[in-house]
Amino acid sequence: MPATPVADLELDLDAFEGPFDLLLTLLLAENLEPREVDVAAIVVAFVERLEGRGEVDLEACGEFLVLIAALLELKARLLFPEEAAELEGLEPEQAAEELARRLAEYRRMKEAATWLAERLASQRDRWFRLGPAPLQPRGERRLAPQPPAALAEAIRALATPPPSVSLAHMALRFPPVSQFLERFRALLARRSRFDFEQEVGGLSRVEQAVAFLALLELRKTGEIALSQPAPFAPIRVSRADSERTPQWTARSA
Amino acid sequence: MDSPLRLISTNPLDRLARTIEALLVVAAAPLSVAELAQATDDDSERVEMALALLSERYCEGRSGIVLERVAGGFAFRASRDAAEACARLFERPVERGLSQAALETLAIIAYLGPCSRPEIAKIRGVAADSAVASLVERGLVAEAGRERGVGGAVRYRTTPLFERVFGLESLAALPRLDDLAEDAEGLRDRLLEVAEARAS
Repeated sequence: MPATPVADLELDLDAFEGPFDLLLTLLLAENLEPREVDVAAIVVAFVERLEGRGEVDLEACGEFLVLIAALLELKARLLFPEEAAELEGLEPEQAAEELARRLAEYRRMKEAATWLAERLASQRDRWFRLGPAPLQPRGERRLAPQPPAALAEAIRALATPPPSVSLAHMALRFPPVSQFLERFRALLARRSRFDFEQEVGGLSRVEQAVAFLALLELRKTGEIALSQPAPFAPIRVSRADSERTPQWTARSA
Repeated sequence: MDSPLRLISTNPLDRLARTIEALLVVAAAPLSVAELAQATDDDSERVEMALALLSERYCEGRSGIVLERVAGGFAFRASRDAAEACARLFERPVERGLSQAALETLAIIAYLGPCSRPEIAKIRGVAADSAVASLVERGLVAEAGRERGVGGAVRYRTTPLFERVFGLESLAALPRLDDLAEDAEGLRDRLLEVAEARAS
């Protein structure tokens, strides 16, 4: 990578001291833990340096944005391994590969953009007419002649009032939420966790909805912890005390 | 010796060529062989023969109007000799002030399209909203359906105008990406080389 104003940006972080390109290289080579890198501090360092120069180098800003975004993505993946299904099980090695792949892809597109710019410049002496193409509308379908009686019959069928809406569901009886509260509490007294779907599998739709309300109630009171790896995946219910404590903090992100 | 007044030939292919010439003068966008065959009520092979005749007649150095094969069809344009005069009178609104961001976005859509704004943002590392909007306004890209699933993002592709402005016969005339830049492995190897050089 050629030396650019971004690559030799000097950083003084808790976890790392040196130029930005070395930091990136160490991350790619897995010699440095991404979670220890304070991204905000890098941004501050870059902004301070920009200010020190007294002029805005758009090229450098653009490159910095791409690199810092790639770094953030790499870090996010390692901090939240199960965040997105497509990235599940992505090892640091693969994440590094992915970062290199993306940088290369972006570089290729940059080259393609350069090619387009040169191409455009070479076409400057080609002049042609521009404007909306005045083409005849095509594919127009002509209707076959219809007997008036048949048309009237068709309209009559459309004019029939719609069937009245059934209100049968208004009379539905809901089981009490407390019933499920007790059931789930009893269950968690015996086991540390269970799958929501398994527990309510045999119940009616309305009962399942009430059971879900009970679940939310228990979550609100802090008695349980809920986890779902992906939208529509099974909901896992566990006792609040058995919940895994996160290793990271807002500060480290 | 031919009489100088014998301008209109009775040769049927010549007559077809004259009709095609007229169609191309009226058209504001390139016309494909199929469109010309339909309009002239003739078969594609004869249309192509007539187009070959016209290409000889309307070429650089011989005529102020040049017939070119562009954007999947045929169109007339001004000869390059007349470019300066054209520039004094006309404007080029489509490509005026095309930013680097817009060119990169255009390159991504041309090579990977149809693709959505999130996909473009993923490659460029920044939001592509304003670049895409500017390209749509210029008519260089257009919507091409949505991604699968409920609420899928709108996908974009380049338009025939893009091919015309950039003088491309079709998207296949774009250079191969592999010829433009090194691959991911090469980039990674170079990054690792730098790391080793610094460590030692």
